Amino acid sequence: MFTQRMVIEMLTGIKDTLYMTLFSTFLAYIFGLPIGVLLCVTDKNGLRPCRPVNLVLGTVVNLIRSVPFIILLITVLPFTHWLLGTTLGATATVVPLVICAAPYIGRMVEGALKEVPAGVIEAARSMGTSDFKIIIKTLIPEAKPSLINGCVITVTTILGYTAMAGYVGGGGLGSIAINYGYYRYNTPVMMVTVLLMVVIVQLFQMIGSFIEKKTDKRIR
Amino acid sequence: MGNELIRIEHLSKVFNGSAGRIVALDDINLSIERGDIFGIIGLSGAGKSTLVRCMNLLEMPTQGKVVFDGKNLIDMPQRELLTTRQSIGMIFQDFNLMAQRSAFKNVCYPMEVARVPKEKARARALELLDLVGLSDRVKSYPSQLSGGQKQRVAIARALAMDPKVLLCDEATSALDPNTTRQILELLRRINKELGVTIVVITHEMKVIETICNRVAVIDQSHIVEEGLVRDVFIHPQSRIARQLILPQQEGGPVAFSDSNCLRIVFDGYSSYEPVISNLALECRAAVNILYANTRNVDGKAMGQMLLQLPQDETTVERVKQWLKDHKITFKEETLNVYATNGD
Repeated sequence: MFTQRMVIEMLTGIKDTLYMTLFSTFLAYIFGLPIGVLLCVTDKNGLRPCRPVNLVLGTVVNLIRSVPFIILLITVLPFTHWLLGTTLGATATVVPLVICAAPYIGRMVEGALKEVPAGVIEAARSMGTSDFKIIIKTLIPEAKPSLINGCVITVTTILGYTAMAGYVGGGGLGSIAINYGYYRYNTPVMMVTVLLMVVIVQLFQMIGSFIEKKTDKRIR
Repeated sequence: MGNELIRIEHLSKVFNGSAGRIVALDDINLSIERGDIFGIIGLSGAGKSTLVRCMNLLEMPTQGKVVFDGKNLIDMPQRELLTTRQSIGMIFQDFNLMAQRSAFKNVCYPMEVARVPKEKARARALELLDLVGLSDRVKSYPSQLSGGQKQRVAIARALAMDPKVLLCDEATSALDPNTTRQILELLRRINKELGVTIVVITHEMKVIETICNRVAVIDQSHIVEEGLVRDVFIHPQSRIARQLILPQQEGGPVAFSDSNCLRIVFDGYSSYEPVISNLALECRAAVNILYANTRNVDGKAMGQMLLQLPQDETTVERVKQWLKDHKITFKEETLNVYATNGD
């Protein structure tokens, strides 16, 4: 049941899962953060209200977010193949994960930034701060605890999605659970992989909450 | 350029919100001189906060001019406006400190924005925190400070770029009376020692009396009265000014009958004499004190008293003559002015 080969598979699975999760989160933030900032800034109560931009961006974000991940996963296969030359393995899974997570992060960031009190932004404006500097020096730093919290939620969500990617040959713990556990009726293997996932989620959540508490200066 | 620092000409502000068209300010004209502590008083909703936000264009006026230090802010290119805002400090009712920055870092903020060299900014921030009496709370975060301390940090922050004027938007409204007094004292010191012009927005006449030398009374989007605090205090022209000067205390002074009332205003000289006793004895008039308040205004004892006089006309005339003879300022009042609550 748990041969040496299986153990090695599991270890590789953990490594692949962590790689997919963290690398996708990182890439998704590169797209998601500006989307969130743009959504917040162009809002009708934002720094530079701009209804057309807000409307178009908001609609695109909602569209992608409303597609179930398993559908998105299959729909973007041709794009992944064009981009990487393969649709198999951990790296190939990163592509749909990023596409799925970026709009999600956008909304997350938008929500966090909107929590910054309007008065604080007004104070920054009264000191002659340009809109760009308000974003960099006030909005984002003041929203930091909330952003970190959002990041933890994103990481755990993406972790769950990596498992789903195992269904189409994505690699990681999800693949092991499906290929060895589900298809071969090897229940213990499936249980162990799921347990490993639970442990990883717990770890991320604990680390995230710790950092959030540590950086938030509001609660004393 | 003269002595004028801020001039507001024919300024109007209209909001087009979901509630329809709201005229917040209508044809406002004001002139604030260098060194003034200028008060703007009005009830809530009168437009005073909008007016002060127009002074640094946080709110864009619909019409009119805002001339600061000889330049019309409205014609200014964005970049120049940002630089000009650095010479217009502002503090707020809710302090609006950045919660994730320490007191020291908050004071550094405007200097970071203006790219002041780090070492210079550091020294300046420490100097300012010392000025506002917080040299021991440099590393504290806003959540660790009391309301009064937060406002001190906000004042230090507003002073970081050596502003010519400090706009105070209901700066003491969230503070208890004791802390209010200390903050006002600090503002007065800043005005005297650093020569910073101060504009104070408030709904409390007490604040105006304590530190301002000039005052404008704003009511329903208009300035209804403007002048030296002393003059407005002694001879308020508008209904709203009278209402603000004689505060409503649980429904206002109680009238026992519809008889005449006199408001006696004390200045430094008369308040030390037993005026009312003398008046009652010499005029043989049984007066009823409906309201009394004396305090230190601008270094002089100032106060007012609302007297109810007997019905009898000859006694009333006698009392008035006695007050005139003793050079005591008084004004006849009808009580319903105080009994109704404005809006």
